[in-house]
Amino acid sequence: MSLLTQTPTQGEHTHSAATMVPDASRAERVSSFDVAAFVVPTGREEEWRFTPVDRLGTFFRDEATGAHLDWTETLPEGVTTSTISVADWQALGVPTPQDRAAAVAAAHSGGVGVVDVPAEAELTEPVRIRLTGSEQDLVHGHLLVRVGRFAKATVVLEHTGVADYSEMLTVLTGDGADVTVVSVQEWDDRSHHLAQHDVVVGRDARVRHIAVTLGGGVVRVNTNASYAGPGGSFEGLGVYFSDAGQHLEHRLFVDHEAPHCRSNVEYKGALQGETARTVWVGDVLIRAAAEGTDTYELNRNLILTDGARADSVPNLEIETGEIEGAGHASATGRFDDEQLFYLMARGIREDEARRLVVRGFFASVVARIGVPEVQEHLMEAIERELAGEAAA
Amino acid sequence: MSTLEIKDLHVSVDTEEGAKEILRGVTLTINSGETHAIMGPNGSGKSTLAYSIAGHPKYTVTSGSVTLDGEDVLEMSVDERARAGLFLAMQYPVEVPGVTVSNFLRTAKTAVDGEAPKLRHWVKDVKDAMGNLRMDPAFAERNVNEGFSGGEKKRHEILQMELLKPKMAVLDETDSGLDVDALRVVSEGVNRVKEGTDVGVLLITHYTRILRYITPDHVHVFVDGRIAEQGGAELADRLEAEGYDRFLPAGAGA
Repeated sequence: MSLLTQTPTQGEHTHSAATMVPDASRAERVSSFDVAAFVVPTGREEEWRFTPVDRLGTFFRDEATGAHLDWTETLPEGVTTSTISVADWQALGVPTPQDRAAAVAAAHSGGVGVVDVPAEAELTEPVRIRLTGSEQDLVHGHLLVRVGRFAKATVVLEHTGVADYSEMLTVLTGDGADVTVVSVQEWDDRSHHLAQHDVVVGRDARVRHIAVTLGGGVVRVNTNASYAGPGGSFEGLGVYFSDAGQHLEHRLFVDHEAPHCRSNVEYKGALQGETARTVWVGDVLIRAAAEGTDTYELNRNLILTDGARADSVPNLEIETGEIEGAGHASATGRFDDEQLFYLMARGIREDEARRLVVRGFFASVVARIGVPEVQEHLMEAIERELAGEAAA
Repeated sequence: MSTLEIKDLHVSVDTEEGAKEILRGVTLTINSGETHAIMGPNGSGKSTLAYSIAGHPKYTVTSGSVTLDGEDVLEMSVDERARAGLFLAMQYPVEVPGVTVSNFLRTAKTAVDGEAPKLRHWVKDVKDAMGNLRMDPAFAERNVNEGFSGGEKKRHEILQMELLKPKMAVLDETDSGLDVDALRVVSEGVNRVKEGTDVGVLLITHYTRILRYITPDHVHVFVDGRIAEQGGAELADRLEAEGYDRFLPAGAGA
């Protein structure tokens, strides 16, 4: 028997085509540097239908605010930071904004913060950037991480404090690079954060994007992976824990255009408390040219208390039959009382038994993160989230 | 010296048609060092007795009592019963993904003893117990019951019994689904614990086969939620020869 009793909840394994009229293809979704190309969302659009857009009005205003977050950086030797203009960023041929919030963030950021890891650098310590908010003014954040060919690097972005943060992050990786980007959202629960993370996987490169979302009132991280050449590998990992009042949303779009590339997505989330809300949407498009593609995506949600709601929508679109493999799995289940009984029948107290089961639920994805300090911090944070339940 | 005393126990479960009584007045006393076999046809309530003693929330005790050395077991939560010295080897052990056997065993031992076991002794105890049950050391790093074969699950249950050293152990159809080699290994494990700790054993089984390896002091035949007949080991031999037919109403299959 699986941890997740396969009792479907809302949205479990729903192919979007069955529930509404979607774009004919994920590839046809509007994408532009021009804010005017996107209407202000109402919540009825496919890409906004789960999001509480009424709480996010300022994110869609086509105007600069001049506000910013506090930036603290830890740079290993050889890594540099600089600023470039938005025009220069566009000229790099970067992926375009996919929704209005991202287009606004890119248009009004006033400049792009750049982190450069030189070619063939082998970093032994992560690049660490801590972004802290102290007031609710809307901040347009614009970041570019560039990792040179054959370089090996880990970049950890941490988000804390109070902020309304609209973020555009571009990750460009050179041929054969080995890159891990971790984005940790531990905002104050008054905060709102909309993000577009574009990851361009270089030829034969291996890129991992990891989203850890624990704090924030509304957090929505859209991660898009594309491939600059054949042989690339993308891993998208995510862990989230939603409490009462939190809306945590993760959307992935893996666009397989180059042949012989791999992608593997694994997101796991827990929900506790009435009105706790999570959304996971995983779109994978295998274009006609992407022969030899191997892709798999998985989302699991563990509902710890009544009243929480998890939506999980995997979509797979395949335009060529010449692939290695393609699949997805999604399941949302309630906490399994039989597991609790088994552990308690061995003398283990209920709170500790619950902790063991939830830690176990996350263990497989946490182990794949591969950045020990992030793993330890995450497990401690999950313990605190569970302890919050006991105190409530 | 411990005594588990079950008196006139009535237990029901909720079904779609309302509460259904499964145990209809069970009375049984088990002392340290004794082995009682409970035998009976499917549906006679054997497993209900096991789960009721352990405190599974699905079962409601409507009357009667269960005491361990005079303490009211029915007042205790599931984990308190285990810490008081009761152990249930389950018929269908549950998978716990992401929790390793080694972590699980240490957590359970710490809970039952009230303090963490001394590391050096503990590692050796686990290794020896696993060796005795012919379990590969790599087993300790697997997730609890995940992907275990039927035999591995049952060995893992008996491993826990060896390490947790309960006062009273209820073995719920530990023999079912085992081939003869696994049955022998598991039975040897139970006998080792009996010799080493003076545990009282309530052995629930559908078949007489396991009683060739674990000798019962008392045999109770369970029919329709009650003990229908009691005797010594010789009663098991008679059941082996005759089956349960004489306890069943005419026309009902075993």
